[in-house]
Amino acid sequence: MPHSTPALTEADRLMTVCNSCRYCEGLCAVFPAMEMKRAFTDGDLNHLANLCHACGACYHDCQFAPPHEFDVNVPQVLAQVRAESYAQYAWPAAARPVFARHGQVLVLGMIVSFALFLAGFVLASDPGALWAAHREPGRFYALMPHNAMIALFGAAFGWMVLAVAMGARAFWRDSGASGVLAGDHGAAGRDAARLTYLDGGGPGCFNEDDMPKDRRRLWHHLTFYGFLLCFAATSVATVYHYALDRPAPYAWWDLPALLGIAGGIGLVIGPLGLLDAKRRRLAALRATPHEGMEYGFVVVLLVTGASGLGLRILGETGMLGPLLALHLSAVLTFFLTAPYGKFVHGLYRYLALARYARDMRRAHDS
Amino acid sequence: MPQWDVLVAGGGNAALCAAIAAARAGCRVLIVEGAPKFYRGGNTRHTRNMRCAHDHATDTLTGPYSEEEFFDDLMRVTGGNTDQDLSRMMIAQSKPMLDWIQQQGVRFQPSLGGTISLGRTNSFFLGGGRSMLNALYRTAQGLGVEVRYEHEVVALDIEKGHFRSATVRHPAGTETITAASFVAACGGFQADFDWLKEGWGGKAENFLIRGTPNNRGTVTRMLIDQGVRQIGDPSQCHAVAIDARAPRYDGGIITRLDCVVLGVVVNQNAERFYDEGEDIWPKRYAIWGRLVADQPGQQAYIIFDAPNIERFMPSLYPPISDPTLAGLARKLDLDPVRFEETITGFNAAVIGGRPFDTNHKDGNTTRGLAIDKTNWAQRIETPPYYAYPVRPGITFTYLGVKVGHDARMLMADGTASDNMFAAGEIMAGNVLGQGYAAGIGMTIGSVFGRIAGQEAAKHAA
Repeated sequence: MPHSTPALTEADRLMTVCNSCRYCEGLCAVFPAMEMKRAFTDGDLNHLANLCHACGACYHDCQFAPPHEFDVNVPQVLAQVRAESYAQYAWPAAARPVFARHGQVLVLGMIVSFALFLAGFVLASDPGALWAAHREPGRFYALMPHNAMIALFGAAFGWMVLAVAMGARAFWRDSGASGVLAGDHGAAGRDAARLTYLDGGGPGCFNEDDMPKDRRRLWHHLTFYGFLLCFAATSVATVYHYALDRPAPYAWWDLPALLGIAGGIGLVIGPLGLLDAKRRRLAALRATPHEGMEYGFVVVLLVTGASGLGLRILGETGMLGPLLALHLSAVLTFFLTAPYGKFVHGLYRYLALARYARDMRRAHDS
Repeated sequence: MPQWDVLVAGGGNAALCAAIAAARAGCRVLIVEGAPKFYRGGNTRHTRNMRCAHDHATDTLTGPYSEEEFFDDLMRVTGGNTDQDLSRMMIAQSKPMLDWIQQQGVRFQPSLGGTISLGRTNSFFLGGGRSMLNALYRTAQGLGVEVRYEHEVVALDIEKGHFRSATVRHPAGTETITAASFVAACGGFQADFDWLKEGWGGKAENFLIRGTPNNRGTVTRMLIDQGVRQIGDPSQCHAVAIDARAPRYDGGIITRLDCVVLGVVVNQNAERFYDEGEDIWPKRYAIWGRLVADQPGQQAYIIFDAPNIERFMPSLYPPISDPTLAGLARKLDLDPVRFEETITGFNAAVIGGRPFDTNHKDGNTTRGLAIDKTNWAQRIETPPYYAYPVRPGITFTYLGVKVGHDARMLMADGTASDNMFAAGEIMAGNVLGQGYAAGIGMTIGSVFGRIAGQEAAKHAA
């Protein structure tokens, strides 16, 4: 079957090899999903690539891995296909080139938005407030009024949701995932929440060598749940503000603060672990052209978490203004670039797991 | 005092089981593996399961498989050509092996998709043979076993059945290694075509070797030349029919074809030569290597039609296809007239009438042919027509060294060696005089490997 890119063509070749072998069937969802097909469309291959959690087990277990002449390197090729699939389905199409330069775009976005926030703080209020806001009663709202924050970040968040949803819709259609039931979503939710398939089928997964001692699952849990806790902190604070008429700042023991502190810790330790794991990852498993996107996404999360924690710790000092500018620029950059970078992996993988649950259910029923 | 308690030649399942057993008994163990690290472990890399007796169904096995049934299966596939006492001992030891091998880090899973008929008898390795091997290496190295890759045994110093030392060649030169006990677990000789020709003549030129190119039997030859008793003849081996387009070495599982029972098999004269419906895969898959080896040019063609294309496990190379029988014959370089006669003659003789079912002998036969197909006979009548060219694919050879129940080598003069042991393919001929049953090579490797390691340790103590 002809394919639209060299990576997809190579993935098709590998799936033909793997489907003839099937030794890796017990390692993860990719191989059982593959076994249901004998020919693979681009959508099927993108589905398989997004099912792959990059645990690396099939590379070390494969008798045909390089240097064997059959040159079977499933994790690397699927990583390539996966990264390309994010661009292929992105909306609007004009933004797709961002993927190739995601790292640079992030750095630029951070710098520009940081500068703009600083400038805004200085221009919109008393020039001295940047270093003195911690003495004001409204604290950071002295630098940027609450309504302005809501307007800016609400708009950015709305854009992110729209663009990510449009991309996911295209991915979903291309992978032919009709007839997914609530139970399938339940199964996919469990597998995504637990990262069921990031353990090499039981013995653990691999990163820098052939020992199954990788801890990316832990780092990912810290990052993901840290992110969710931070998101929850912001949501609870919004409810406090509008529904309970309790504007920020909050004491450390109040719910938004507790959620934010816990989430911030996760969002610092998790990304640090992930960055270290990425740095040490076996060269054979890397999809090198896309590493800017991978690193950039984690770095933005790290800056978001660290600056948030910094605000909690140093919010009573003159650092409040600069830290707020850093935190807001990280969050804004995150929102604006999320549809065009690694962020979408979570949604696509969830959708791939949902289709997988549907396919397994149908295979079981038939 | 020798440098090592136990020296193990080879780096596959048998070698690792021996090394682990000896290390657990407190020995200092050295493994010398001829291959580089990626290719370590010879044919174990290509395996996927082992056949062990067991009393009950487990998480990964669908039902019991008694020692008696295992023995009956072995007697059937070997035609009784086995050392029955030794085989009974191995089968009895295969039971505890299921637990022991898991204690060494190996994990099992239910039988793979497309291999459901082995789900009761054979334990499949999670992640396949290389994964299993990696687990054994991690365990061995955790126990302090030293492993040296690209270290090939090139000479043995043996005196009256007593091992003194091995000379090993490696990238930096050669060295002599002394050890109190020696375990030979370095495979068959199937990659040595000259040796294969001693059994097969010029036919061997057309054979493909399914696994490692490193198994040239050099240690086997040294042992026999220095007084160890030979077992088996050079023509006996585990051979299946594999895709003729496979590379000469190391094509592994993905070049096998499970579709013989779905159609007919013809030789270069466009004639059938054996009952394709004799029994279900996997009971008879291992006879087709020898059958094809006896055909002209050591090549044959599996022929079937459109409805069967998805009834078997896919394989690496696509089938050759054509909308007409004559067109297919031309693509295969067969005489189209003769080929059509064979197929139409076959079609006319099909009685059929029963439900087609490849899980059981379905009784759909032909009648009146010189060679009838006794099950799964169905007309080859719906285009496109498909063909796979096949050649003999040698998995491993059976000629090797004679051993006793303690895996100790026996000498040609009837005495037992006091410190030389063997396990795996190098002594498989003790169990397999001929024929093969899926997964038994790994049973031989694990059971005799463990025993060899334990006995080698006892001698070294």
